[in-house]
Amino acid sequence: MDSSYIMPFIKSVQKVFETMLQLPVMVGTPAITKGGEPAYDISGIIAMSGDVEGTVVLSFPTAVAERAVALFTGAELAHTHEDFPDAVGELVNMITGNAKAQFAGRRVNISCPSVVIGQSHQVFGRKDVVCILLPCSSDVGEFAVEVALRLPAVEASVSSQTGQANA
Amino acid sequence: MKILLVDDSKTMRNIQKGILAQLGMSEVQEACDGLDALSKVGAYEPDLLLVDWNMPNMDGLSFVRKYRSMGRHTPIIMVTTEAEKARVIEAIKAGVNNYVVKPFTPDGLAERIKETMSRQAA
Repeated sequence: MDSSYIMPFIKSVQKVFETMLQLPVMVGTPAITKGGEPAYDISGIIAMSGDVEGTVVLSFPTAVAERAVALFTGAELAHTHEDFPDAVGELVNMITGNAKAQFAGRRVNISCPSVVIGQSHQVFGRKDVVCILLPCSSDVGEFAVEVALRLPAVEASVSSQTGQANA
Repeated sequence: MKILLVDDSKTMRNIQKGILAQLGMSEVQEACDGLDALSKVGAYEPDLLLVDWNMPNMDGLSFVRKYRSMGRHTPIIMVTTEAEKARVIEAIKAGVNNYVVKPFTPDGLAERIKETMSRQAA
């Protein structure tokens, strides 16, 4: 995956947490992950379609998510509260929306977010798409953003050119 | 002043309600998507609408087009994660009066609300 598609997510997670939670976030070295690793307790998931396809997953341990949601909403919500998934979903929505705006010249749509709550769950994406883990640390604890993207238009163009070259 | 908040996220509606309360605007109704908003605008007759873009059932852009096609001129501020220039232009063409990109600061949203209402009053 082109690193120019990862930088927007690094900038976006920092901007969203700084602006909405007043919480500075340090993003560590991005790493390629195998699907389903590491495991977390709470995940907000959003899909992208159009000129860029893929998924973005914002994952937390329970205690970190509860502290982050408290800063975001101004209310102490346990992860079992009915409004808790909505807050996590909105965070991943803002991170993804803000990042995709930095994909110059590409039209990208995003889905409504889904949120999974369950201790030590794993999230698996498409096997043919590389997943990049962005390890994040903050005063409320560590969490992660996982980004798995492909550029279908670019891949089709490269495939077509390769086909022509081989013909 | 009556305000209709249209956003599928209760969290975002609560955050916006808090900012509106700080501006002395506490007469607020909420809608969870475009369809819900359409069912409420007739009876509520808002003076300002804050509308999200990405929502289930009917998105914000479709709502704005439908609302304007009904001959309604009430100011609308789009409050959304859709930040691309092309999207902003699309929204303005559809009839949006002002635009706020999430994430936003309370001051940023308050400024856009004041700006929109003062333009309306001019």
